[in-house]
Amino acid sequence: MLKINNITMRFGGVVAVNNFTAEINKNEIIGLIGPNGAGKTTVFNMVTGVYKPTEGDIIFSPSEGESHSVVDLRPDQIAKIGICRTFQNIRLFKQLSVMDNVFIGNHLRLKSSLLSSVFRLPNYAKEEKEIYEKSKYLLEKVGLYEERNEKAHSLPYGKQRRLEIARALATDPTLLLLDEPAAGMNPQETQELMEFIKKIKDEFNLTIFLIEHHMEVVMGICDRIYVLDHGAHIADGSPKDIQNNPKVIEAYLGVD
Amino acid sequence: MEKKNLTKYLLSMILAIIVIVVLNFVLDNYKIRILNLCFIYIVLGLSLNLIYGFTGLFSLGHAGFMAIGAYTVAILTMTQETKQMTYYMEPMVPFLESLNTPFIVAVLAGGLMAALFGFLIGAPVLKLTDDYLAIATLGFSEIIRIVIINMQSITNGALGLKGIPQKTNKAIVDFMNDAFGLGLRPSINLLWAGVTAVITIAFIYLLIESSYGKAFKAIREDEIAARSMGINLFKHKVLSFTIGSFFAGVGGGLLAVSLGTIDPTLFKFSLTWNIILIVVLGGMGNIKGSIVSACIVTIAMEALRFLDEPLNLGFMVTEAMPGLRMVVFSIILMAAVIYKKDDSSIKSTLEKVRGRYAKN
Repeated sequence: MLKINNITMRFGGVVAVNNFTAEINKNEIIGLIGPNGAGKTTVFNMVTGVYKPTEGDIIFSPSEGESHSVVDLRPDQIAKIGICRTFQNIRLFKQLSVMDNVFIGNHLRLKSSLLSSVFRLPNYAKEEKEIYEKSKYLLEKVGLYEERNEKAHSLPYGKQRRLEIARALATDPTLLLLDEPAAGMNPQETQELMEFIKKIKDEFNLTIFLIEHHMEVVMGICDRIYVLDHGAHIADGSPKDIQNNPKVIEAYLGVD
Repeated sequence: MEKKNLTKYLLSMILAIIVIVVLNFVLDNYKIRILNLCFIYIVLGLSLNLIYGFTGLFSLGHAGFMAIGAYTVAILTMTQETKQMTYYMEPMVPFLESLNTPFIVAVLAGGLMAALFGFLIGAPVLKLTDDYLAIATLGFSEIIRIVIINMQSITNGALGLKGIPQKTNKAIVDFMNDAFGLGLRPSINLLWAGVTAVITIAFIYLLIESSYGKAFKAIREDEIAARSMGINLFKHKVLSFTIGSFFAGVGGGLLAVSLGTIDPTLFKFSLTWNIILIVVLGGMGNIKGSIVSACIVTIAMEALRFLDEPLNLGFMVTEAMPGLRMVVFSIILMAAVIYKKDDSSIKSTLEKVRGRYAKN
């Protein structure tokens, strides 16, 4: 579904990602791990169009017979073809309500024109109603419907993370990128998050690509894992293989 | 939006218009003039609030778009004789000289012209953000002014335009006087600016509550997140900027008619500053706030006129200091910014101030 072919990202003299290749199949949960500064988020930024890779190509095929080269698209176009993400340092629309945050996630699928939206013509009214119902459903799914009128920044940390996922789901993605979804969560919350990720994967027929430092999350839910160190791909395979891979242990712990 | 709400809004709009009509007959000419200005500044304040307060585009080019609207309306409504008299340095382009349209067409044309320029200017400069955008729009607004000064045969250059026909309610008042013997005196017809203000409020409100308006706010809150959620930043910024420019043009046109005389110095940066004052005082992204602060600023601008004149302090008489009232506004603006910080409504500011005193 997503093919990352030999992408390299240079910032001036710094090579953030060096010749990284990965392949993600439909309905997989793929982990991307590595020590701090390994270039994991840079990979995400390239997949979502924030950066254009210096070299290499990224091919996204949401369904059979449909395939897009992602590298020449803008972030909003990438969201439209079905790749959506969350952010490492939560980026909600802070001053807006929880409901509005999810509502905005639906905007890219809006068909009504500006004028029919302003004058609330029947086609927009119908769409708006559908969006509210969908947003309500998503908020109930993440357990935030009660707080729908709160401002996003007033939510506690864990709920903000869940709201970010709900907002991403509102864009109807087929590939969901989660950048450290469990960051700052306690073991209990982490456990809930893992269940939640599996649940949404099945329900929304998603493919999930996630960066995570919590090893219990990565080992617990990922089908396969890619490991980056200093921008270079050092290993990939099933959680078990990774746990026993000497190169990975070396990258994380160093050698004598 | 529910049906019930819609009826409620329609009713309040109609009520507002009735109030305007009544005020038009009971107030004296001076007060009507100020009220008329209030309505115009509501339109202008809301147009900048859409751009700056809701979409987060720090534009300092408002006076430029107002100038385009004002000149369009002036040129389209002035009679041929007035034009011949006014353009004495260099005759006007014959086509424009004979051009005369009904007022409502002129105002719409003014708005559309401003929107067109908003679009043309917005398309390249909206790639910029924050301070860079502010400087670029400020530059364009000055360019518009300089171009107006130099297009002698179209805009009459630095001489400005005089004798823009005012909209009075003389016909109605004469009719009422004849019919009922009421002895009313004719004045400016408040309905033009009043209805425009009501329509602008309704339009901006409906826009902001719609999906597009929410997308504008998303851009203001976090551009990176907004584009990752599939919002085409460029398209939405240009949309907001163009709509804002449209209303700036309409407001500028109404201002031209209410003043009767316009010249390029009117559209200097200080005019933009006045509108920014309204937006910041009323609260960024706050429609009600903008309405209230537009009225307060307009009325205060008149009420504080005594400050510009020689002041009698009891023990001494100061010399006339033209511009002193603007100092007061600067202080108000600073106080507003310091006290409000991230809170965006007048109400909460008042509550905060009240709380401060209540504690002591």
